[in-house]
Order: sequence, then structure tokens, then C-alpha cells
Amino acid sequence: MKEKLSKIMEDAMAQIDASGQLEKLNEIRVAFLGKKGELTSVLKSMKDVAPEERPKVGQMVNDARSAIEEKLEQKKALFEKKLLEEKIKSETIDVTLPGRRMGIGHRHPNTITLEEVENIFVGMGYNVVEGPEVEYDYYNFEALNIPENHPAKDEQDTFYITKDILLRTQTSSVQVHEMEKGKLPIRMIAPGRVFRSDEVDATHSPTFHQIEGLVIDQGITFADLKGTLQEFAIRLFGEGTKVKFRPHHFQFTEPSAEMDVSCFKCGGKGCRFCKGSGWVEILGCGMVHPHVLEMSGIDPEKYTGFAFGVGLERIALFKYEIDDMRLLYENDTRFLKQF
Amino acid sequence: MDTSLSWIKAYVPDLECTAQEYTDAMTLSGTKVEGFTRLDENLEKIVVGKIDRIEPHPDADKLVVCQVQIDEDGTKIQIVTGASNIKEGDKVPVVLEGGRVAGSHHDGKIEGGYKIKKGKLRGVESFGMMCSIDELGSDKDMYPGAAPDGIFILSDNPEYAKAPVGSDAVEVLGLHDVTFEYEVTSNRVDCFGVLGIAREAAATFGKKFVPPVVTETGNGEDVGDYISVEVEDAALCKRYTARVVKNIRLAPSPEWMQRRLASVGIRPINNIVDITNYVMEEYSQPMHAYDLDKIEDRKIVVRRAANGEKFTTLDGQERELDDTMLMICDGKKAVGLAGIMGGENSMITDEVQTMLFEAATFDGTNIRLSGKKLGMRTDAQAKFEKGLDPNTAIEAMNRACQLVEELGAGEVVGGVVDYYPVKREGISIPYDVNRINALLGTEISEEEMAGYLEAIDLTVDREAKQVLVPSWRQDLERMADIAEEVARFYGYDRIPMTLPKSSATMGGLSEKLQLEKKLRSIVETYGFCEGMTFSFESPKIYDKLNLAPEDALRKSIVISNPLGEDYSVLRTSALGGMLTSLATNYSRRNKDVRLYELANVYLPKQLPVTELPDERMQLTLGMYGQGDFYDMKGVLEEILQRLNLKGDVEFLSDTSRSFLHPGRQAKVLCGGCEIAYLGEVHPAVTKNFEIGGRAYVAVVDLAELAALPKAADKYVGVPKFPAMTRDISLTMKKELLAGEVEAVIRKKGGALVEAFELFDVYEGEQIQKGFKSLAYKITFRAKDRTLTDEEVNASMDKIIATLEQMGAQLRK
Repeated sequence: MKEKLSKIMEDAMAQIDASGQLEKLNEIRVAFLGKKGELTSVLKSMKDVAPEERPKVGQMVNDARSAIEEKLEQKKALFEKKLLEEKIKSETIDVTLPGRRMGIGHRHPNTITLEEVENIFVGMGYNVVEGPEVEYDYYNFEALNIPENHPAKDEQDTFYITKDILLRTQTSSVQVHEMEKGKLPIRMIAPGRVFRSDEVDATHSPTFHQIEGLVIDQGITFADLKGTLQEFAIRLFGEGTKVKFRPHHFQFTEPSAEMDVSCFKCGGKGCRFCKGSGWVEILGCGMVHPHVLEMSGIDPEKYTGFAFGVGLERIALFKYEIDDMRLLYENDTRFLKQF
Repeated sequence: MDTSLSWIKAYVPDLECTAQEYTDAMTLSGTKVEGFTRLDENLEKIVVGKIDRIEPHPDADKLVVCQVQIDEDGTKIQIVTGASNIKEGDKVPVVLEGGRVAGSHHDGKIEGGYKIKKGKLRGVESFGMMCSIDELGSDKDMYPGAAPDGIFILSDNPEYAKAPVGSDAVEVLGLHDVTFEYEVTSNRVDCFGVLGIAREAAATFGKKFVPPVVTETGNGEDVGDYISVEVEDAALCKRYTARVVKNIRLAPSPEWMQRRLASVGIRPINNIVDITNYVMEEYSQPMHAYDLDKIEDRKIVVRRAANGEKFTTLDGQERELDDTMLMICDGKKAVGLAGIMGGENSMITDEVQTMLFEAATFDGTNIRLSGKKLGMRTDAQAKFEKGLDPNTAIEAMNRACQLVEELGAGEVVGGVVDYYPVKREGISIPYDVNRINALLGTEISEEEMAGYLEAIDLTVDREAKQVLVPSWRQDLERMADIAEEVARFYGYDRIPMTLPKSSATMGGLSEKLQLEKKLRSIVETYGFCEGMTFSFESPKIYDKLNLAPEDALRKSIVISNPLGEDYSVLRTSALGGMLTSLATNYSRRNKDVRLYELANVYLPKQLPVTELPDERMQLTLGMYGQGDFYDMKGVLEEILQRLNLKGDVEFLSDTSRSFLHPGRQAKVLCGGCEIAYLGEVHPAVTKNFEIGGRAYVAVVDLAELAALPKAADKYVGVPKFPAMTRDISLTMKKELLAGEVEAVIRKKGGALVEAFELFDVYEGEQIQKGFKSLAYKITFRAKDRTLTDEEVNASMDKIIATLEQMGAQLRK
């Protein structure tokens, strides 16, 4: 009996070793361990074994079964591992094929730029406010110290609806509305559309956008204006940006200035972009004219303030090196999808 | 405004700086230099030479061989030239071997110039070149004596003839100079004259300002015997000064004057014209010269024109005037359009014997408006428009007479007629060093501050704490103006940079702007790109949009001075811009385009306009290519769901918008209020805009949307009990809308209906013609228990019964 069992074991092990695929293992299992399998038949022939031998033989049969099962499992695991490896190998994909995208829409470069500017000033405690685009002459000119028949009024190429109603030429009009509310201190920026009678070309558009800034409080200085706008320039154009303030003239500020920033393309060395000067003119600014404060009911003896105005398109064009302003208003998706 | 450096140096003799230094310093002190041109650019090794001998070229008829003396020691070089205007003994500019000239006779100035090398012309060696005025980078306007075709013969001009052989010809011709172009701001009337800029330059560089010393002029006669002046409109003519010059000897003005004028772009004509122009540039005070013999009654009358009066200006143009315009007249007729242009009938001609000089101060605004009405823009007018200082008029007048005498252009009659009823005085401005420092954020000492102000001829009275401002600085009115003067010369760059130390404020976006931001994110998720279009458009857009004649959208605001019809009305809808943008993309073969714009439309409260219009922010969506009505509707559904509105949202079929397909448009209501619409663009309209295929648009009115009440922002528990679902499939007439079916499901299903979903819509085979099939999956759920079949069946029975009453049939 013992020899018989040994023989069965050897046969089973040999067959398992020789098996070439997973299915074959099942056949071997059935052949040796199944109901009609060889080992089972040994158990069935136990009745022929002497009763005192039976526990021992039983033990031997069980040992043999365990050994065969273990061997089968090992072999099975081996096969499965191999199969998995093959499967994985066969599943290699070309990761350089394009991804599938939702095709999310793109924001206009003007808006992206505006949002950057808004974030900077909101972080400094400024409110973002708006005013009407169709405006009374008073808010666009007179309250900004540009009286009737002043040459500065002519320079602005204003679109008129009636004698007193016009399309605002500057977001500075929002300053006046904000001051008239009478709530001090003021820290605001006012982005919006403005209109000037300029023919459409690569650098002009009859509709464009400005961002006006206004701060009014006690003790506001020209140094504060410089510091604030320097901070703005560094945050918008990056660390290392330098600013330069040049005297200028605006009717509603005194002293007035224009701010240049070091050319962000060449870093100030001079290039085609900054016409060799190393500087790019970016905004007009100044201390709010005392007469403008007075007209809006603010006491210039007590309060001072500064104001600035930035052309949004100007920044957007510079930032993205867009060489033709018309692209901003054509809405060709091949252009819009780049932002 | 232009000046040459040499002209500035005439009044600031100690000024020593390079063109770049001047540009930078002047710009930083407030006189912005836009650019400069070096007149001696690319002029190297050019000397005064003397032609010693001219011989024919052995092998060329058109060339000659010259021996030219190039230094005082008598050194000669051989030069071969094709020029024919030279003779032995002539002094000419000679560029030596290795030197450089700025341009050529044919092409004018050349970038980088031309280098002159030793060469052979038809076998004869040549060691340099004799120069024409073009080769020197200049032109005949600057040097009227230069030959138009040929070598510039220096010895033809008595001034240049004196130059020693071998001396620097560029120096002799005054070409070691630079012209600067300034951007003068409109408030600095004084800086539209060379003297004003020179004063700024002197202060900027800390040098002495030396204005011309104007001496007494005139013979023993009295001008009053020649002319009288009568001003009828004192408001428009604040000052009128007149002097007379007789025995006029017209001649070219001297080289220095011609060159200074030419350097700022004024063509020299003759001594008299040049003097008026020279003084205008110097003082920013226009002058005019009349032929006194053509002035009738020896009388000048300054009056307004009559309406419809005709007048021929000295350019030969007849102009029609009105009674707002100021005229200069004699005893009988008009002789000049005040401040703009003189008349043809009194202009100076070559026969002039005696002339009348006028230097007046006219009202700037009036001159500007008159010029605008007449479509004229002269140099004089440009100066008057700024609003000149009347005190300058007499200075300019006397300066001109001084130049007449100095140049020998005529005999000045003694005395001046001066109409000047109200003298303009300088003003005093309170001056407080501490307050100026407080405004600037600086700590400038009293001493230093006074120094800056005195450098520009302001007088500081420290006792009275006043600054006395001369009348030519009309821009200085209050202390803030004085602060700017201090800041300019202290240096804007030296003012520190600080951040406001005052009270903290909360920053942020208004609710409206936050709503806009939210909408952007949603529509961008759905693939819409942001576009921007103009606020004005052509009134033709309404026909293109198929609008009925009475459509409210046609009631638009008209711009009174538009840039042409295409931009003449303020839009009442952004659809014109949207469809135009879609068409642009379509014509450029861009596929599957989705655009949105967030912009105002302008709805007049009444026409004609008497108050500001209603500016309404609208979200306008447009698309073509992939997607249909229901994709567009999905975007609106998403928006409305995300906004968490309190009222029920309904999409109702509509036919009211003529630019949309009548069977494919809907209005969107929330709580009964119309907030949006959408639809397929009417095929006739897509055709008008030349968009092929179907296009869809939607418009959401943000003003309406923002006003709607919001639902509570509260979370609803995740269900604990299982749901039961039922599918129903129904056939019905096409006219029965899904919205009506869904209303029944919602209403009859009661509280147990958690959700339903349309999973199939079918028309076609197997379905009766004119009918459609809708299939819904309805989900039932209770918060507190597992539902039983009986409960759900009861709900379903009610739903089905009602739908059957409406004519729907359950498909088995």
C-alpha cells in the first residue's frame, strides 16, 4: 500500500511538473484527488487494510493529498503569475497618444489680466466698483476739473449722445460717484469699458478698457502713491520689476505722474519691444486735485488721496506680446483658445 | 514742440551735456523729450577744403580730377568727381579717406552712413570726396544756399567763406547739434516756446538762464501817426500791440536764424517772415505782419465777423464765417482771421514798403472753436489755443523789432500802440513747507525747497509764507501746484516709496461682479470661450436680425458723432456682435465654436434721450457645430441650478423672437419672472450673417437674475432607505410637451417622487404619424422607511390615469 501511495505521489508530482497550462492542473486534480481519482480509490480500498493499519494508512493518504494540493497550488500560482505578466505585457499602450479633454472654454485675455489686477488690489484692501458707461458730461469732465471748452476735453475725442450725455472716455468718472457717496476712507478700483473716437487699427480701438484706482484718507502722500504702484507692478510683472515716475499733467491730479516699468521682455537692457529704452509706459497717476475733492464734497484741508488709471488692453497686449489690438475684438477661437 | 540744443544753449550758455543726458534729465523734471536727432550723426573726418586745380579725366568725359588743399600747411589730395558746379578756388566740404558721410545724393540719409575709402575712378586714384548737402545728412531747407545738384560751395556764402582750410566743416556749418522733440503738456503754455524750455533746462541742470536782452528800438517818429487800434470785443481780445516798420529791405535772413527755424521744421522764407516765426518759436507768441499800405484808413478794428461774411485767407481759400469768429479789420474791410490766418488782401509781398507788426492775445477757446468750425489748424492757432499770457505780447513785439534792426530788415518806427485794458498780474499762492512735505511724503528743507522754486523764477516770500507766481505760469494756482514744482526739481525718483499707513479697509468684489465670475466658470466648463465685441453697431443689424419694424430692440440710442454708420447706435442686444463673431469663425473654418460675452446693453428710458439709459449686463451665449438646442438648454439649467434660486424655473415654448426659429425657442422663467431666453437662430438670420448650418444662442439678463430670491443654502441628508424605480413608456401626440408630462409626474406622484429621468424620445416607424413616444424612469423614495410596492403602485396609477386623460397611452 505504501508503495502504491508513493507511486501515486510520484506520478502526480511528475504530471504537475510537466503540465503546460492552467487547465491541465484541473485535470490532474480530478485524476488524483477527484471522486474517482487515484487517491480517492486508495481510500475506498481501506476496507482491505487491516484495522490497526488503517489510521496509519489514512494519515499517509492525507499527507499525500496535502502534498499534491500544495504542489497544485504552487503550480497554479506560478501559472497565474505568468499569465498576469503576459496580460500586462500585452496591454502596453502608447502614452504619447493625446488625452481626451472636456474642451473647457477659455477666458478672454483682457479678463485674465483684469482678474490679476483685481486680486492684487483686493489683497491691499480695495473694493472693486463700477459706474455707468453712458455718463453725464459732469462726471466725465467737469467734476474732474475739465470745464466746458477746456482743450483737454477736445483731446479726448468723445462720443456724444446729447450735449450733456456721452460715452465715458475714462473710468475716472467712477471716482466722482464714489467720492459723492461720502463714505471715507476710500480704496477702490473701477474697471470698465471706455470709448474714444479712434479709428480701428493695430493700436487703436474706439472701445477699450481702463482700470481706475482711487485712495482717499487722512495723510495719504505721493510717497504712498509711489509705493502702492510699485507693489502693484512687482506683483503683476514679477519680482525685480523696477518703476520710474515721470512728471506729467492731468487735470484732476496734482502733482501728476506717469509710471514706466522696466521692460519685462529684456529686463531693462533695451529691445525692439521697449524701443530700446528699457522702459515701458504703463499708467498715469497723481495726487487727487484739491478742487476735485472740493467739488465732490471732500475737505482737501483734511483729506488727501491718490488716483491712477491703467489701460487694460495695454497691459494685456504687452503681457502676451499681442501685436494687433483687433485680435481682442474679433473673437477667433484660434486666438481665444491660447489663453 | 522741437528745439535744437544750440538754440537752448543760446539762453543757457553754461549747459554742457550729451543728448542722452539732456533727454533723461529733462524728462525726469517734467519736460518730456520724446526723442532726438543728432545732426552730425555719421559725419566723420570732414574738413573745409579748397579746390586748387581742376583737370579733365583722361578716360571719362563726365569726370574731372581735382587737387584739393585740405589743411593750412598746403597738403593736397587728389579727388575725382562727376560734379560740374565747382571751379578752382572754391571752398568745399571734403570727407577724407576713412571718413564717413550721412547719406547720398539720391537716397538721402542712410542708416549707418557711408564710409569713404580710397578708390580708382576709371583708372585715376581718388582719396576722398567733396560733399553735397544731402551727403552731409541735411537738406536745402536747412541750407538754402546749397546747390540743389552738386557740391555745397561754402565760399558762395560770406559767413562760410571765412572758414580756414582744414577746419572742421561740420563745425563751420553748425551741424554739431541735436534736435529734440518734446511732448509738452497742455498746461505748460510757456513751454511751447524755446525760452520756456530753456528756463526749465537751466533749472534742471542748475545753470544760469540768460534770456535775450531786448533793447529800445525805433526812430524818432510816432507809431500813432501811422496806425490806430480799436477793439470792439474786449472779451475775445485781451491785448493788441502794434508797431510799424518802414523802408523794408527784404532779403534772406542770416544763416543762424535760417538754421534754427529749419531745425524745428520751419522753412526759411525771408528776413521779415523769418523774424515773425523766430519770435513765435522763441516766446510762444504768434505774430503777424500786414502790408500797411493795404490797410485802409490807417486803422485796425478788432470785431466779430457777421454771419455769412466771406473772407479769403492768405492761402487763397475763401472762408464763410459766423458771428462767433473774431476778425482783424481795417477802416473798410477785414484783413485777417484773428489768431488763425491773415488775409490775402493784406499779406506781405515782395513789393512791401511799410508793414504793420501785430502781437495780440486772443481768447484761446474762441480761437480753438473757430479753427475747428473752419477746419483750419495753423501754428499760430495752436499757440493761441493754449491761452497765452498777454504780458508776453509786448516782449515778443519788441524782440521782433530788435531783430528787424539787427538784421537790417527795415526802419522801425518809434513807439507802440498797446491796447491792454486789464493788465494780468502774477498771483500769490500760500506756501507751507510742512504741508508740501506732508503731501509729498518727503522731508525737504525750507532752504532746498525755496531754491527749486527760485530757479524757475518764482519768488518765495518766507515771512508771508507766499509764493509769487509770474503771469506766464498760469498753471500754478494753489499749493498742490507748488508741491509739484518742488517735486519735479527735487526729483520724483528721490521721493520715497511707502504704503498708506492709514485705516484698514476691507476689499472685495460687489455681488454683481461675483455673479459674473460664477457665470464665467460655469459656461467655460461647457466649452464656451469668452469674446468681446463693441458696444455700438450699425442700425442695419436690426434688419439682419429679422426684427419687426415695431420691435422694442430697434429703440436704440444714437451717437451724435459716430465713427461712421457701422458704429452709430448703442446696442440693445449683444446678439449682433455674437452672430458676427460666429460668422467670423465660420468663414475661417473653425469647427464647433462656442462663445460667450458678458457685456452691457443700453436700453433708453425714452427717446430722444434725456437721462442715462438702463445699462443691463447680459450673458450672451452662441454656438454652432456640435450640440443642439438641448445642449444650450443644459447650460442654462446648470446655471440656474448652481445659483440655487428659490422660485421654480420653467422653460416655456415661445415664438415671440423673430430672430429665432419659431418652433425652437423658449423663454426661461423663474418664479414667474422672465430671466433668459434661448433658441436656434432663425435660418433666415444665419443666412444674413453667412453662418452655414444651425446656430444656437441664449441670453441671460443678469439684472433680473441678481434680483431673484435665493433658496436656503442647506444640505439635504443622504437617503438611508432604498429607492424603488418604475419605467413608463408613453405614446402621445407630438403637441403634448414633455414639460406637461413632467408636471403631471411631479404633481400626481406626490412627495414620494424623488426624481425622474427622460431616457428615450422616439418618433418614426412603429409609432403613429404625428405621435411620439417618451420613456421615463421614475424614482420613488421615502425619508423614513422602505417603500412598499403598494405605495409606489398607487402613485404610478395616479400619474398614468392623469396622463391618459390628457391623451397619452401607456405602451405595453
